[in-house]
Amino acid sequence: MNLGNLSVGLSTYLLVGAMLFCLGLYGVFAKRNIIAILMSLELMLNAVNINFVAFNRFLWNQKIDIHYILTGNVAALFVIVVAAAEIAVGLALVITIYRNRHSTNVDEFDWLKW
Amino acid sequence: MFKEMHDLFRWAWLIPALPFLSFLLIAFVTKRSKGLSSTVSILAILTALGLAVAIGLGIIQSGAEIVEHPVIVSANWLNIGGLKINFGTIVDPLSAMMLFVVTLVASMVQIYSLGYMHGDKGWSRYYAYQSLFASSMLGMVIATNLLQLFIFWELVGLCSYLLIGFWYFKVSAREAAKKAFITTRVGDFGLLLGILFLYNKFGTLDFTALSAALSTSLQNVAVVGTAGYVTVMAFLIFMGPMGKSGQFPLHVWLPDAMEGPTPVSALIHAATMVVAGVYLVAKMYFLFQASPAALQFVAGIGAFTALFAATIAIAQDDIKRILAYSTLSQLGYMIFALGVGSYSGSMFHLMTHAFFKALMFLGAGSVIHAMHEKQNIWDMGGLWKKMPITGWTFFIGVLAISGIPPFAGFWSKDELLANALQNGHPIVYAVGLFTAFLTAFYMSRLFFVAFMGPEKPENHPHESPWTMTIPLIVLATFSTIGGLAALPSHNFAFFIHFGEFEPEGMNWGLAGISVIAGLLGMGLAYYIYIKKAISSESIVARFPVPYKILKNKYYIDELYLWIIHNIMDGLAKVLYFFDIYIIDGIINGIALLTRGSAKGLRRMSTGQLQTYAMVFFFAVVVIFMVFAFGEGQFSSLNPLAMLGGVK
Repeated sequence: MNLGNLSVGLSTYLLVGAMLFCLGLYGVFAKRNIIAILMSLELMLNAVNINFVAFNRFLWNQKIDIHYILTGNVAALFVIVVAAAEIAVGLALVITIYRNRHSTNVDEFDWLKW
Repeated sequence: MFKEMHDLFRWAWLIPALPFLSFLLIAFVTKRSKGLSSTVSILAILTALGLAVAIGLGIIQSGAEIVEHPVIVSANWLNIGGLKINFGTIVDPLSAMMLFVVTLVASMVQIYSLGYMHGDKGWSRYYAYQSLFASSMLGMVIATNLLQLFIFWELVGLCSYLLIGFWYFKVSAREAAKKAFITTRVGDFGLLLGILFLYNKFGTLDFTALSAALSTSLQNVAVVGTAGYVTVMAFLIFMGPMGKSGQFPLHVWLPDAMEGPTPVSALIHAATMVVAGVYLVAKMYFLFQASPAALQFVAGIGAFTALFAATIAIAQDDIKRILAYSTLSQLGYMIFALGVGSYSGSMFHLMTHAFFKALMFLGAGSVIHAMHEKQNIWDMGGLWKKMPITGWTFFIGVLAISGIPPFAGFWSKDELLANALQNGHPIVYAVGLFTAFLTAFYMSRLFFVAFMGPEKPENHPHESPWTMTIPLIVLATFSTIGGLAALPSHNFAFFIHFGEFEPEGMNWGLAGISVIAGLLGMGLAYYIYIKKAISSESIVARFPVPYKILKNKYYIDELYLWIIHNIMDGLAKVLYFFDIYIIDGIINGIALLTRGSAKGLRRMSTGQLQTYAMVFFFAVVVIFMVFAFGEGQFSSLNPLAMLGGVK
């Protein structure tokens, strides 16, 4: 076994991110409970965050660029902040719906159809 | 001298403006007060008459100068692309003559209406319409271009509609108003087409500019087909006069128009509006002159209408209808006179006819007033003794229309008949002469039966009030002396002529023949209706079929009705089906398709959150694929390429 081949590179991070994204996607498509869907949504967002951070780490050549720029990391922080706000609104909606309908099943929430 | 006159002629716009002002005043201010309305209207038209007389006298004093150079005042009204339309006034002998005739007859009729319309509920409305009519007619007379003329032409048509249907609670009046409006519209359609053609060809609608443009284009031999084009335009223009001046086959509206109040018939349907067509032909004479075929047609239609209407008049019993057919016949005279090149004769006859026909209509109104709305001449009789002023003035009218010297009709009719023969139209001359005989016959018949026949005990006629007799006397005076305009050396034709002025002497021989024809007609009527030497019943019994045809006006109305019911309605039905099933089918089909597809497509919005998410996700994937692997215009947006060195 050549340990050199196991070195943790950009592709590894992207792979983890992609797997995490697919897990979240599956959750969003397949779960019936709206809380579970919101959780899966968070998974997808964080998969994107991993990509951001990984790109920031690997695509900058520190030896050439004097200034180490944190664009990717900042973008990830933005995503976390916005996701927090979004989940607050989302949960508020879920609670309101639950109070009116006594259900958390998204299949039953189809009153906006045609 | 001419300079001062020039300044006076610049004020001609006041003549139509004053009655229009009075129309606005009556409509918006004085309509509640009957006395004020009629006073305003009559004051306005009398002032206009004063101005018209001043202009007329100015014309006579200016002499040859004004004939050569009419005074035109105009201002630009609208500019659309290359189309420049002016509004203005033209003062030349022709328009001055018309101004005088229209204002004179209109003011007489308005004064007369004080008596005739006494106690009518629509008094203010009547005077408002009268003012509007006078304004429109006068505006038409002094128009400087065809479009201005056309606007006022339609306005007089509107006033005619309003006044025929003045007693709108009568079904017959409503129907007659519609018939008049629609029939004249048929002619106006052609007129409008003609105007558009003229504009298209010459790029102007000004009478003077058109005349100049036409003569240059006729001199230019290189322009092939100008003659044919001119003929087409002349025919189209002539359709307007055929409708307005009641020429066959568009004459049917005029007799029915007698449903209006009698003073209206006198003003609009005898003296002024119906001669608008003749006036238009005279105005556009440079166009007709350029096309012998058109002139031939004009002469033919005019002569036919003159004879045709006169034969119908023989068999009518309604006093106003006889006068209506007589008007048609006299309009035929004016039209054929233009056709045979008797420009001055036609205009002269227009003037004298306005005097004596307005006189006779007002006389008929006076009679109808006295007979309490009875209009059948056989119900009348012995009116001369009971109504001496009406009787004498009516007699003057009969003499004038029959062409007995020295009354006005003799001079004008003689001039145009003589011109017809001299210009080489013997058939037209013969028709005109025979019509003169018929005219004298039916007019005398009317007069002898209504005024000199045996008195009917059930009638208690009485002379009309002074408001009605004074206009009769004034018009009778003009009917007597109006013809003297032909006598002195600077006569009527000196002022109103087309092209070069050629002084003509009286042809006493031809005049004598005309007088003999008139006297023969009167004599025959005298023998039949006074002496009863020949019984009118026996003539009817001898010729039942011709009598029935004449009595029913050659069944023209019935023919039109049949055509409308069978041919027009059939065509309309076909078009109706086309509209309902083809046009509406296409429109409704598109709507149905949209609705149907929407009905299906809306099933796609299921309301299922996860379905939406899935569609959204896969759509993004597809778009990504297109950008990543697609060729052509998307390659520059390739996200993989943008990412650069992904390892």
